[in-house]
Amino acid sequence: MPTTAPTDPHPGLAAYSEVTASEASLRRFLHGLPGVDQVGAEARAAGLGTRSIKTTAKAWAIDLAIRMVDLTTLEGQDTPGKVRALGAKALHPDPADPSCPSTAAVCVYGDLVGEVKAIVGDRVNVAAVATAFPSGRASMAIKLADTRDAVAAGADEIDMVIDRGAFLAGHYLQVFEEIVAVREACARPDGTHAHLKVIFETGELQTYDNVRRASWLAMLAGTDFIKTSTGKVQPAATLPVTLVMLEAVRDFREATGVQIGVKPAGGIKTTKDAIKYLVMVNEIAGEDWLDPDWFRFGASTLLNDLLMQRTKLTTGRYSGPDYFTLD
Amino acid sequence: MARIDVRKTYKLYIGGAFPRSESGYSYEVNDSKGKFVANAALASRKDVRDAVVAARGAFRGWSSRTAYNRGQVVYRIAEVMEDRRPQFEEAIRQSEGATAAAARNQVDQAVDRLVWYAGWADKLAQVIGNANPVAGPFFNHTAPEPTGVVAVLAPQASSLLGLVSVVAPVIVTGNTSVVVSSYARPLPAVTFAEVLATSDVPGGVINILTGDAATLGPWLAAHMDVNAIDLVGVAGSAELATSLEVAAADNLKRVRRAPGAEPDWTADPGLSGMTAFVEAKTVWHPIGI
Repeated sequence: MPTTAPTDPHPGLAAYSEVTASEASLRRFLHGLPGVDQVGAEARAAGLGTRSIKTTAKAWAIDLAIRMVDLTTLEGQDTPGKVRALGAKALHPDPADPSCPSTAAVCVYGDLVGEVKAIVGDRVNVAAVATAFPSGRASMAIKLADTRDAVAAGADEIDMVIDRGAFLAGHYLQVFEEIVAVREACARPDGTHAHLKVIFETGELQTYDNVRRASWLAMLAGTDFIKTSTGKVQPAATLPVTLVMLEAVRDFREATGVQIGVKPAGGIKTTKDAIKYLVMVNEIAGEDWLDPDWFRFGASTLLNDLLMQRTKLTTGRYSGPDYFTLD
Repeated sequence: MARIDVRKTYKLYIGGAFPRSESGYSYEVNDSKGKFVANAALASRKDVRDAVVAARGAFRGWSSRTAYNRGQVVYRIAEVMEDRRPQFEEAIRQSEGATAAAARNQVDQAVDRLVWYAGWADKLAQVIGNANPVAGPFFNHTAPEPTGVVAVLAPQASSLLGLVSVVAPVIVTGNTSVVVSSYARPLPAVTFAEVLATSDVPGGVINILTGDAATLGPWLAAHMDVNAIDLVGVAGSAELATSLEVAAADNLKRVRRAPGAEPDWTADPGLSGMTAFVEAKTVWHPIGI
């Protein structure tokens, strides 16, 4: 069920400058986006989940999924030792098998970026959550300082949360400007900038329409990735929510030529789930997104299940959780 | 007009629920004279996988219960079985071709066997555990601990007494189990699963798969998350038994080897059914300080 992007005959992000010029025009634009057919989206997501992926295709999908994992630990009890261990695991998820690829990134709180960086160097990205994660309830100055600290500590990617309160209250321009400001805070002195991911916390956005609006809002503000959830709120990532976001990035590229990545996070625990997502990426957004640069899984327990399935495929026998690290 | 038979298609018992086989297959079960009785689910390797996950999930809770409590739970199975006597007797008569008296006798013995093992739950440690004399200021004692997830290939001939005689000793010591029933005579095992579901056994402690031990055995024997395997169900097929032992060696499973022929289940079972699936834990406790 393709949705056409709100019309603009001239592709390119610049064409949207008027949209984001004022609260009223932004609201008009976001509310003018076509509504999401909830039943249709859920049926489509469920239908895509029934595809059977076996043997060599499964092996390929598992390796791709491992390369897409943002290995995450976001607990109050995280210690330097724990995140270092996680960094080591990201480099060599299966120490017994050197052919096993590294994960895409390690995702930690900003103050632990240095610890992970010391272990993984440049071989695996380090992502930091910022802007008063997970609630996003802090003053702008604190959010920006949070971001700058993480970037200065060497974070390659910043996962920011939007102010859901402002979004639900309809203060779209405020959310927009916040993303723009955080994006500026991601800049490094050498002119490059840390990759920005914007977390919507879709479990709090109530409707698929809001998810679509938030997606467009963040993309117009210049994010590099849109991400479903913090993992702290239930429901976290679901297939239909990710479907809506994949449609948004597809339509956005059609309209502007700019490609944005998608990251479902939280609640993806099994290889079967991960493969369902990959099928959906391929069917909704297209093959271009089947790459760790454009699609990620925010997960912790998922990696062990992927490794168990990988071991099952290579050895021909079922493996068990005893043979992989607990984290 | 004659009443139409209710033709049953039974299901598996995994994690306290009755799912269909993941493969969707079932097979016809005939009585001893070759007449159709019912359909039973034909378990596949994926059901093995699911059952092992369920058994692993149940292990922590089951093994940390007191031995006394486990004994009570096993005793409760015997109580519920007693209430289902007619169903068990009919299943045994049909599948084994036994006389009514022989079937009744087998159910008696199966119930008695459960009660017997229930009694052992909190006594095994006294018998095979020990307070060891050591030359040092330590109190040193050895106690049996459950091994973990135990795969049981149940006997092919004795469909109820044999089944109970291999399952009860495994769980009474705190293990959880994945049981593959007799292929040709699965119905007493199916009824046993219904007994388990209505007794106090937590879901996942006993998982019952109806299917072919020769097909499922290799998956269980090679499964890295299974800690022990009882091969009595392949008694008589020496070659298969050997290949299962070889597969089981990869993660050092405890193996209870297949006998040359199915044992006489009416004989005194002894302790070997329990001791085969426990590990000895020895503790050195400082004293006199």
